[in-house]
Amino acid sequence: MRASVRRQAFIDAPAEAAWSVVTRPDVLATWFPGLREVVMKTPTVRTVTTGVGLSLDEEIVTNDPLQRRFQYRITGGFFKEHLASVDVIALDPGRCLVTYSSDADPATMAIVLGGVMEGALASLKQQLETGAGPALDAIATNGA
Amino acid sequence: MGRKILFVTTDQQRYDTFGCNGAVVGSTPVVDGLAAQGIRYERAVPQTVVCMPSRSTMLTGQHPGTHGVWMNGVALPQDAPSVAATLHRAGYRTALVGKPHFEPFLDPFGRFPENGLADAGVHTVAGPWHDGSIGPHRGFDHMELATHSPMGGLHYARWMQGNHPEALGGFYPVLDRDLEVNGEGGGDTGAPQVKDNPVAREWYHTDWVADRTIAWLDGLDADDDWFAWMSFPDPHHPWDPPASERGRIDWRDVPLPAGYPESRAEREALLDAKPRHWRLWYDGSLVSNYEAPTHWVPATLTADQVREVNAMNAIEVELIDEAIGRVLAAIAARGWADDVDVVITTDHGELQGDFGLLFKGPYHVDGLMRLPLIWRPAPSSAPTPAVVTRPVGLVDLAPTFCTIAGLAAEPWMEGRSLPVDDGDADARGHERALTTWDSELLGVAVHLRTITRDGLVCTTYEAGTVHDGTEGELYDLADDPLQRVNRWDDPALASVRDDLVDDLRASLPPVRTPALPLEAPV
Repeated sequence: MRASVRRQAFIDAPAEAAWSVVTRPDVLATWFPGLREVVMKTPTVRTVTTGVGLSLDEEIVTNDPLQRRFQYRITGGFFKEHLASVDVIALDPGRCLVTYSSDADPATMAIVLGGVMEGALASLKQQLETGAGPALDAIATNGA
Repeated sequence: MGRKILFVTTDQQRYDTFGCNGAVVGSTPVVDGLAAQGIRYERAVPQTVVCMPSRSTMLTGQHPGTHGVWMNGVALPQDAPSVAATLHRAGYRTALVGKPHFEPFLDPFGRFPENGLADAGVHTVAGPWHDGSIGPHRGFDHMELATHSPMGGLHYARWMQGNHPEALGGFYPVLDRDLEVNGEGGGDTGAPQVKDNPVAREWYHTDWVADRTIAWLDGLDADDDWFAWMSFPDPHHPWDPPASERGRIDWRDVPLPAGYPESRAEREALLDAKPRHWRLWYDGSLVSNYEAPTHWVPATLTADQVREVNAMNAIEVELIDEAIGRVLAAIAARGWADDVDVVITTDHGELQGDFGLLFKGPYHVDGLMRLPLIWRPAPSSAPTPAVVTRPVGLVDLAPTFCTIAGLAAEPWMEGRSLPVDDGDADARGHERALTTWDSELLGVAVHLRTITRDGLVCTTYEAGTVHDGTEGELYDLADDPLQRVNRWDDPALASVRDDLVDDLRASLPPVRTPALPLEAPV
């Protein structure tokens, strides 16, 4: 059985600032909780290792700066099917809406992802609104 | 040196499964003996009928709307109030051995501290307390954790995986290949979540919980005050006790429970008289929550399956009774017997055949709502044995532990110390118990609010995806102990119903906002 979950956060920061983090697949561990490591296997495939040592490959299928849409698929592991979408939508020059959705089979994993996605958005919001945090440091260090 | 506290919880156990409460299957002489020496509660009510919110209520002394754990999968914040922290601060040694479930078990990202203790080789970590200080996690300076399965990363699972890997496959797989609650049948009748488990009895989690509790107690100094929460994962499904124990009860000899209507037509007529989600689940048309197998249809449940489930359940309860006896013997051997209060209860009940249903869900009837609760005060306090008929709640446990320890109840606790008899209950206003249910799963939302008072159980339904907010249930427990006749729309009880609803709405504490996030299914 598949399921679809969506989380969202209103962030008091420019959309471009949020997008500068979301678009960087290599810095995911700085704002997505429960990740021990992220390794770029190829420019479009990253391997994430979770806090319990579970390794998952994620194929980046969309990284569109015009729509500010980032999509990836988790392949293997528990997943029969998966597609995640992160959209950054400008509300006004200093405020944006970030939505994060995951479609997954099994449904159980969609629910689990919903919880951790909510944590990811909370971290992104906190870092962008305070102007400090490991995601912003990583971008500043490694360039945009 | 003060009174010590042995707090025994089981998981998903019905009121009528202890001998002292009228069990017709199985034997529980240890618990029955404690009940005879102490106080037995005949109307103990949970504040929610699922594990995580109910256990959070036990720890915090708060209703779910206050502590915020509205359903399984919602984590109790690390800095939530904790009676264990209160006792720890007062000098008590504190332990939780067995099933915690304040945090989701399905945790592939390793986000929750309790799931990581065993792999870190520790029994607690420092965490934030409600008062802003830092102390052992949730107030426990020793956590040794287990759940229903030897899989995963809790202490029991790691012990089994390390010492008895050959026995792992004997347990029922709690989740199926889709990671949903498994509906596969087993045993002699094909009953869901039943399995012959060849595991040696001494390796089964019930005996492990008792062994580890005894080991922790053995490490204490003679003059320590202590609070030991011994939390058995059974008799919650799966029903897979050690095969060596199956001979205790032949399911063929087990009578059908009074709440199980043998006639399909009668079952369905009873269900049709209740709010529509009852029948929808029975028919397999609705799954409102994760706790029952997604792909199992209650209408397929047979009378023999009910018998076998009840037999397996009773065997698991017998094993718990014997495990409690071993721990009490160890306590006596330390010379503490006169100074130990024993409190025994569970987090919620189990339908176990009532109305042709198994497991649990948004069904506020006795199978899930009437709990075993026994308090055997320390013999040194010269308790008077009693039976309390007035409604009490699990929300009352935390202040009771404070009372036992000679402490004032914390201001954040919403319950009151348990009454010692009906007169005490009346004098201190133990007249109602409140229960809530909130589930929002994959597009299905169900919300119940229930008051138990004056021998009546009254449930209102809030608008969701199944109900429009006008539905309700009203049962007279004296005239209708099996809650077969829904009198919500009975004109003769309209004023009583309205008074109960008014009381319910006035008594429920405000709901925490914003709601805590759902982190996992369970």
